[in-house]
Amino acid sequence: MTTLEFKNVFVRSKAAVVGPMEKAGPLGSYFEHVAENLHLSENSFEKAERAMMEEAIEIALREAHLKKHQIDLAYGGDLMNQNATSNYLAAQLQCPFISVYGACSNAALVIGEGAIAIEHLNMKNVLSFTGSHIASAERQFRYPNEYGTQKKETSTTTVTGAGAIVLSNEFSALRVTHFTIGRVIDWQFSDVNDMGKAMVPAAYDTLLSHFQDTKRTFDDYDLIVTGDLGKIGYAMMSECVEEQRFQLHNKLNDCGIMIYDLNHQEVYCGGSGCGCSMVVTIGKLLKDLEDKKMKRILLIATGCVHSPILVQQKENIPTVAHAICFERSQ
Amino acid sequence: MNPMKMKEISRRHQPVTHKGRNAVMAGIGGGSLACLGQWAINRLTGIYSPSDAATLVMLGIILIAALLTGFGIYDKLAQIFGGGLFVPISGFANALASSAMECRSEGFIFGIGSNMFKLAGSVITYGIVSALIFSTLRYGWMLL
Repeated sequence: MTTLEFKNVFVRSKAAVVGPMEKAGPLGSYFEHVAENLHLSENSFEKAERAMMEEAIEIALREAHLKKHQIDLAYGGDLMNQNATSNYLAAQLQCPFISVYGACSNAALVIGEGAIAIEHLNMKNVLSFTGSHIASAERQFRYPNEYGTQKKETSTTTVTGAGAIVLSNEFSALRVTHFTIGRVIDWQFSDVNDMGKAMVPAAYDTLLSHFQDTKRTFDDYDLIVTGDLGKIGYAMMSECVEEQRFQLHNKLNDCGIMIYDLNHQEVYCGGSGCGCSMVVTIGKLLKDLEDKKMKRILLIATGCVHSPILVQQKENIPTVAHAICFERSQ
Repeated sequence: MNPMKMKEISRRHQPVTHKGRNAVMAGIGGGSLACLGQWAINRLTGIYSPSDAATLVMLGIILIAALLTGFGIYDKLAQIFGGGLFVPISGFANALASSAMECRSEGFIFGIGSNMFKLAGSVITYGIVSALIFSTLRYGWMLL
């Protein structure tokens, strides 16, 4: 049993901040808080990422009418080495803090951990946040930003965005009901330019264990979204799911595909990064739940938890996916 | 979860790689850069000696590539022309300039100084190694 069920975990407030390219995408109208450029008036991209995350947290706290010291516990994570963005930011939070690393699966991981803290540690207000920045992530995992390599067709584009969510035990319109903790999967795949496909088996495994544990199928959800598989990974995921004889009924989608206009924006296969699933979930999906367009959704945030050094040493890419279920309360 | 089964499904979703198109674009990019260089050499030969003119043009290409990198144009051109810009000296200049720009935030010594040759370092290392091997072979050949 890898799925945890929650009875009284509610979403008190949420906020997402995105970069200019995400604002220009199809979900642009859903994002109210936008960074005008990638620098955010900071002198390094790492600081820009932190500034973006800080803004998301501040908005979320403001909307929850909470001060920083009223947060009982915070969970955060990002893509930097040593979880630098979250840890440095936590120095200003004045509350107990745990940083987690699940690469791009952070979105579900921090929210799931937060839900556990509310349900089982009897905490009142827990803050969960994560984010990513294209320039700092490129530098960390690939090449310098201005380096002229030809990107492959399978490449994805890291989303510049940060999201923060305050979970609480007080009743509100949205609740977190399930958290499926994924297994780390190694299927002997090692192409770092094709991360979308690399994460499919993890997403598939988590989806099946979620269905098995909760005895649900696609019929029980209005939408199931994967984190950042991109269009190739999404195609592969669809085939895997259909092989299990599930009827999709257009209920499977991918945040990496939703956030960008794949035909007109130069993003290759779609979006990726912790920010991708976080801002799409907070910006669009949870709003749709609130607006009664949907009743129940499942987010399967997927992540490649590889180390660039170990991959250069010819090791494989381990991947993981965690699922989190949101429901409208009324 | 069967890795073999997954690999089989994965193979069906392999995107088409445009190798032919990339080769043609690289040819066009590299070719026009070479033509431009030759034209500049021809213009300068009257003023300088032919070898000096070639060196000057090479420096000019390095300067232009570094400037384009700084203005954020080079990577967009490289996406189109690929190897056409990567193989000539412009690729080397871009590797140096982009690494230096990226590591500027860590200061002159630990940033720019130690990271500038991060990507271009292998070109220099293996350039020297192959120069050593081939010059040894040539020397041996001359002794015979």
